[in-house]
Amino acid sequence: MPVLSVRDLSVRAGDLPLVHGVSFDLSAGERVGLIGESGSGKSLTALAVMGLLGKGLTAQGQVLFEGQDLMSTTEKRRCQLRGNGLSMVFQEPMTALNPTMRVGRQIGEVLRVHRNLGKRAAREQARGLMERVDIPDPVHYERHYPHQLSGGQRQRIMLAMATACEPSVILADEPTTALDVTVQSRMLELMRKLVAEQNSALLLITHDLAVVSEMSDRILTMYGGHIVESGSTKSLLDHPRHPYTSALVATSNAVTVDSKAPAGALPMIEGSVPATGQFPTGCPFRDRCPRADEKCAVMPPLEPLGDQVVACWHPVPENAGDPASRVGA
Amino acid sequence: MIRFTARRLAIVIASLFASTLIVFAILAVLPGSTAQVILGTQATPDSVRALNQQLGLDKPLWQQYGNWLQQLVTGNLGTSYISQQQIGEQITQALRVTGPLVLFGMLIGLAIAFPAGIIGALRSGQRSGALVGAASQVGIAIPTFVGGILLIIIFPVKLHLLPASGFPGWSNPGQAIESLILPAVTLGLVEGAIISRYVRASISEVLQSDYLRTARAKGLTPGQALRRHGLRNALIPIVTVVGLELTGLIIGAIVVENVFTLPGLGQLLLQSVANRDLLMVRDIVMIVAAAVLIINMLVDLSYRVLDPRVMSRV
Repeated sequence: MPVLSVRDLSVRAGDLPLVHGVSFDLSAGERVGLIGESGSGKSLTALAVMGLLGKGLTAQGQVLFEGQDLMSTTEKRRCQLRGNGLSMVFQEPMTALNPTMRVGRQIGEVLRVHRNLGKRAAREQARGLMERVDIPDPVHYERHYPHQLSGGQRQRIMLAMATACEPSVILADEPTTALDVTVQSRMLELMRKLVAEQNSALLLITHDLAVVSEMSDRILTMYGGHIVESGSTKSLLDHPRHPYTSALVATSNAVTVDSKAPAGALPMIEGSVPATGQFPTGCPFRDRCPRADEKCAVMPPLEPLGDQVVACWHPVPENAGDPASRVGA
Repeated sequence: MIRFTARRLAIVIASLFASTLIVFAILAVLPGSTAQVILGTQATPDSVRALNQQLGLDKPLWQQYGNWLQQLVTGNLGTSYISQQQIGEQITQALRVTGPLVLFGMLIGLAIAFPAGIIGALRSGQRSGALVGAASQVGIAIPTFVGGILLIIIFPVKLHLLPASGFPGWSNPGQAIESLILPAVTLGLVEGAIISRYVRASISEVLQSDYLRTARAKGLTPGQALRRHGLRNALIPIVTVVGLELTGLIIGAIVVENVFTLPGLGQLLLQSVANRDLLMVRDIVMIVAAAVLIINMLVDLSYRVLDPRVMSRV
């Protein structure tokens, strides 16, 4: 049984739909990547699962956490679960940490809220957590404020907070995007280790395909508030079937050192992600898609196709060869 | 912290010294002779010269300045030529009225501003939030003298509560406080209206911050998140405004003291200006300057307490 099961989750700002009926499952110990360009609704989906959407945003659908629907439960129960049963790692550790509270206390606070620990016990355990995320000399660093730490250290603090109560589900929203490339891989390694130790399910939101290919078992592609494709990491990256995933993979392969990539101009996806609410009706990608025709005015359903599940009337053929060669076809 | 405080104190003392130079220079270039004012228009040039000599006003300026500095440092401010009373004594008396008035006024203002600002921020877009915003607009728009007179009409005149004017002195603390209530409320209402807008803006900003969302993601309720993570961060900009408003209040008290005929610093200053009591004027100006400098120093010190990021910058 999945530990988190999202069913038909929609997010809207007033009348404006932003996320359209998204469904996915996370099982214990599973690492799932959620990819897509900025503005595709990845972060909103995670915030809706946490119940932390900003003012003016409403969510509908079901978020089943260990069988319990969070959408219909009380706010009190949700507070008990946040940081405890399911937790979130945010993108920008500088602004996501309280600038006027010592980091040791910020970590200890999670334990004080959910484990009813006293000040001293929380501090003691927070030191252990800091050590676990490879911050040496916690007795020294616990008294630091966020601005006195490096970006990598700050994100480690974030991770220590998110994993303090050994949650079953961790939602990580672009956890390494704000970090130096050299720090990134160590951070990912640490996340992988902690998730494995706790047997947590990880939803890793990123636009960096190198990160997902390294980190995740399964990938979901999101565009225009829809999940347009999902499948195992290997099959999805090797044989993307949705034209959007295919284009993403092609642009990504071209940037990494790839002898097969054509020389000269870098492949790119035509156009740009439309502003919120400016997506076309039907398939949201059809105005940028080389394969689109009049049929695409109707949103295609998510249907199994080979090893993946794809929402497309004209999927990329499986034997299309190297995705890079298909770009801009 | 101690080193920082010492350094700030040194700056305050240096600024005070600079203020004495400016104040002395301005009053020295003012036209008109003090002796002429004292003796009236009928005075003969001889008697004016004699009085100038007696007052030490014939001495070179640097010597006059030296004498004044000495007076300021020793605290013995001498006698006014006009009222023939001890200047130090009179200023202390006035401060006993203005000091508590400003302090009470600010406390009332803060007691209004924080709840109103927080409600305004939490309920922005709702009717109660808009109501708070409108009320603060009205509070800012009403001049203090109108507000004061309104309060006098309501409480002493109609309801026969609280004295309308005058100050009995601190020998009877109960009555003294009673007579300060309405003036302090007059000041406090305006301050509350002004500061509540800053509180609302600051809290609104904090409510949208990433770290408050993190606090919620940790499992804190909205109230806990605001109290533990929001308030301290919101206070940082508010302290600046409160400091500025406090210095403004010292000046603003002049109007209220006149409405309620309180023998405070403002009244003493106006009276002394009218009487051309220049020695009194320059001492009062120095007191106000010192108060402003000290308040600014306290604001700087409170930044250090509130915001750890300031530490590493200094």
